Amino acid sequence: MDILVCIKRVPDISGQITLDASGRDIDHGALGHTISAHEECAVELAVQLAGATDGEVTILTLGTDDAVEQLRASLAVGADDAVLIETEDPGAYGPEDIAFAIAEAVRTRANDSRSCDLVLVGNDAADTGDFQVGVRLAYELDRPVLTGITLLRLAEEAAEVDAASEGGPTSVEAYGIGPAGTEVFRLPLPAVVAVQEGGVEPRYPSIPGRMKAKKAPLDEVDAPEPVHGNPRNALELPPEQSSTVTVLGEGPEAAGALVDVLDELGVLR
Amino acid sequence: MTLVFVEIEGPDAPSGSGGVQLTSAEAVTFARTNTAILDGGSAADSSPLEVAVIGALTDEARDRLAHLGVDRIHHIDSPDVHAYSAAAWAQALVDVAPTHGTVMASGTPRGMELMAHVAARLGARMAANVVAVDEDGFLRQVLGGAAFERLKLTGALQVLTVAGHACDPEDTAPTEPEILTHSPEASADDLRTRVVRTEVEEADDTSGLTQAKVVVGAGRGVGSADGFAEVLELADHLGGALGVSRVVTSLGWRPHAEQVGQTGSRISPDVYIACGISGAIQHWAGVQGAKSIIAINTDEEATMVQRADYAIIGDLHEVVAAINEEITRRRR
Ligand SMILES: Cc1cc2nc3c(=O)[nH]c(=O)nc-3n(C[C@H](O)[C@H](O)[C@H](O)COP(=O)(O)OP(=O)(O)OC[C@H]3O[C@@H](n4cnc5c(N)ncnc54)[C@H](O)[C@@H]3O)c2cc1C
Ligand SMILES: Nc1ncnc2c1ncn2[C@@H]1O[C@H](COP(=O)(O)O)[C@@H](O)[C@H]1O
Repeated sequence: MDILVCIKRVPDISGQITLDASGRDIDHGALGHTISAHEECAVELAVQLAGATDGEVTILTLGTDDAVEQLRASLAVGADDAVLIETEDPGAYGPEDIAFAIAEAVRTRANDSRSCDLVLVGNDAADTGDFQVGVRLAYELDRPVLTGITLLRLAEEAAEVDAASEGGPTSVEAYGIGPAGTEVFRLPLPAVVAVQEGGVEPRYPSIPGRMKAKKAPLDEVDAPEPVHGNPRNALELPPEQSSTVTVLGEGPEAAGALVDVLDELGVLR
Repeated sequence: MTLVFVEIEGPDAPSGSGGVQLTSAEAVTFARTNTAILDGGSAADSSPLEVAVIGALTDEARDRLAHLGVDRIHHIDSPDVHAYSAAAWAQALVDVAPTHGTVMASGTPRGMELMAHVAARLGARMAANVVAVDEDGFLRQVLGGAAFERLKLTGALQVLTVAGHACDPEDTAPTEPEILTHSPEASADDLRTRVVRTEVEEADDTSGLTQAKVVVGAGRGVGSADGFAEVLELADHLGGALGVSRVVTSLGWRPHAEQVGQTGSRISPDVYIACGISGAIQHWAGVQGAKSIIAINTDEEATMVQRADYAIIGDLHEVVAAINEEITRRRR
C-alpha cells in the first residue's frame, strides 16, 4: 500500500510569542520549527502500514524551501521519498488552495504511475488549526475521508481478499474516539484520513535513517497560484495578563488553606 | 438565516441523558446573540434561529432548545443516519441548510468534522474555533489558543465552529419551536464512512474528563508511573477526573485519553488543580476554560503558577497527601 503523508512546517512555541511587523504572522525570529504531533503520528502510521504491505511512504508539504528540514526529518523515520510544493509565500494560501495544490500533486503522481492508496494528513495544523484541509482534499479527489483517526489497521477480511488479488489491500480498519467509545470504520481505498495523536508512538530517527534521509529523492514542484486566498486579516495576541495568583503557602502546611478555597469554590462535597 | 447543528448527550452522560450538550448550548446562544451579523447584516434581528438534531430528539432537549430561544428544530432521523457517518450526516445538514447566512456547530470533534464536510459540499468558506464576531468579521483561536486571527469570510453562506466557552449558554423567554422532521436517505458513497462498531472501553472514554466539575491535572512533576496515587485520591475525594499533560502520556505513564491540551481534551471544569505541570501553551489551550485554577508546583516562576488563581509552592506528593488528609479529617 502506497501512502502519501502531508505535513506542515510550523513554529515550535512553548513560551511567549510576539508578532512580526506585518501583524499577520508571529515573529519566527528565534523560534525553531517542527510539525504537529498529529502529523508525527500520521508519519508513524504510514511507515508501519507501508512496511506491512510492501508499500512506499511519500512525505509532502506546501511551503517554502525551508520546509525541506521537516521533509528530511520525516524521511529519517522511515519514509521513502518527498515532495515539496514550493511557494515563497505560504501565507497567501487558504485551506481550499492548499487542498487543491495537494490534490494536483496527487493527480500528477498518479498519471506518472505513482498513485497512492491512502493520503494521511494531521487532524489540524498546529499553527492555523483550520480543521479542514484533509476533508477539502478528499472532496477534490472524490475519495472518502475520516477525521480524528488514531489507529489504522489492515482489515483481516481485506487481507484475505488481497492475498488472492494482485493489487494491495482494498480497505483498512480505522479507529477513532467517538462520544460513546472507540468508533471503528471499514474504509475502502483509495481514501483520505486525518490522523489524531494518541494511537501510536512516533519513533526517533536512527543514525542509518538520518543518513538515508540525506540522500532520499526530493521532488520539487511549483505551487499553483492561490485562487481563494487566505481570509486572515491580522493576528492578535491575548492581552498581557499580569499575574493575580494568590500563593496560599509553601509545602504541606498550606493544605488547610487550600481546602478552605475548595470549600469556598463549592467543590468540597 | 442561521442553522446550528446541536449535539445531544448520550445516555452515559453524567448529567443524566438526552440533554443538549453544554457546548451546543453555547453555540446556540452565540448564534442567537449575533443573529443580525451572522445572517449577513441585511436581515432583521427577528430572523429565525434554526437548529438541526440528528437522531433521537428527547423532550428534555426540545425543552432546553425552547429556553435557548430556538424557533425551528429540524429533527433528522432515519436508519441511514443511525450509525454515524460524517458524509451522510453532513448531507442531511446540507439538505436543510439556508442559501444565505451561516451554518455552524460547536468546536467538538463531531462539529469540526461535519462543518468541514458541509463547507466542502456547499463550496463555502469555513472558520474553526471562532470566539467573537462583529461587522468586520470573525475572531478565532489559532496556535492552540496562544493567538487570535481576525478574518473575513466571503460568500453568501459561511460555515463556522464556535470555540468551547466562547460564551455562556443563556436562557431567554421560552419559544414554541416548530419541529420539522426529515428522514434522509443517504447515498451509497456517503455510507462508506459509517461507524461499523463502537467499542466501549473505560480507558477511551473522555466524556468523564470533559464534563467533570473538578479536574486534577498531573504533569511530569509526578515523577513516574507509580506516582499517581495521591492525585487520583484527590480526584476521587472531589468527585472529579484526572487529566494529564502530554509528557505524561508520551512517557506512557497514563493513557492518552486522559491528556488535556491542544492535542488532547479541552476541559472546562469549575476547578482545575494542576500538579507538577509547567503550563506550556499547548497545555494551557486545553485548560483555559476552567473557572478557577489552582497550581501546585515546586517552581513559583512556572507559567502555570503565574496564571493560576491560587498556588501552593512545594512538592506535589507531600502537598497533595496533606490535602487528602485534611479533606478526610474534615469529613469525619
Ligand atoms: C504541536 C504540539 C502539541 C502539544 N499538545 C499538547 C497537549 O495537548 N497537552 C499538553 O499537555 N502538552 C502538549 N504539548 C507539549 C507541551 O509543549 C509541553 O511539553 C508539556 O505540556 C509539558 O508537560 P509538563 O508540564 O508535564 O512537563 P514540564 O514542562 O517538564 O513541567 C514539569 C513541571 O513540574 C514541576 N515539578 C517538578 N517536580 C515537581 C514536584 N515534585 N512537585 C511539584 N512540581 C514539580 C516543574 O517545576 C515543572 O513546572 C504539545 C506540544 C506541541 C509541539
Ligand atoms: N501547507 C501544507 N502542506 C502540507 N500539508 C498541509 C498544509 N497545511 C495543512 N496541511 C495538512 O492538513 C492538516 C490539517 O490542516 P488544517 O486544516 O490547516 O488544520 C495538517 O495537519 C496537514 O497534514
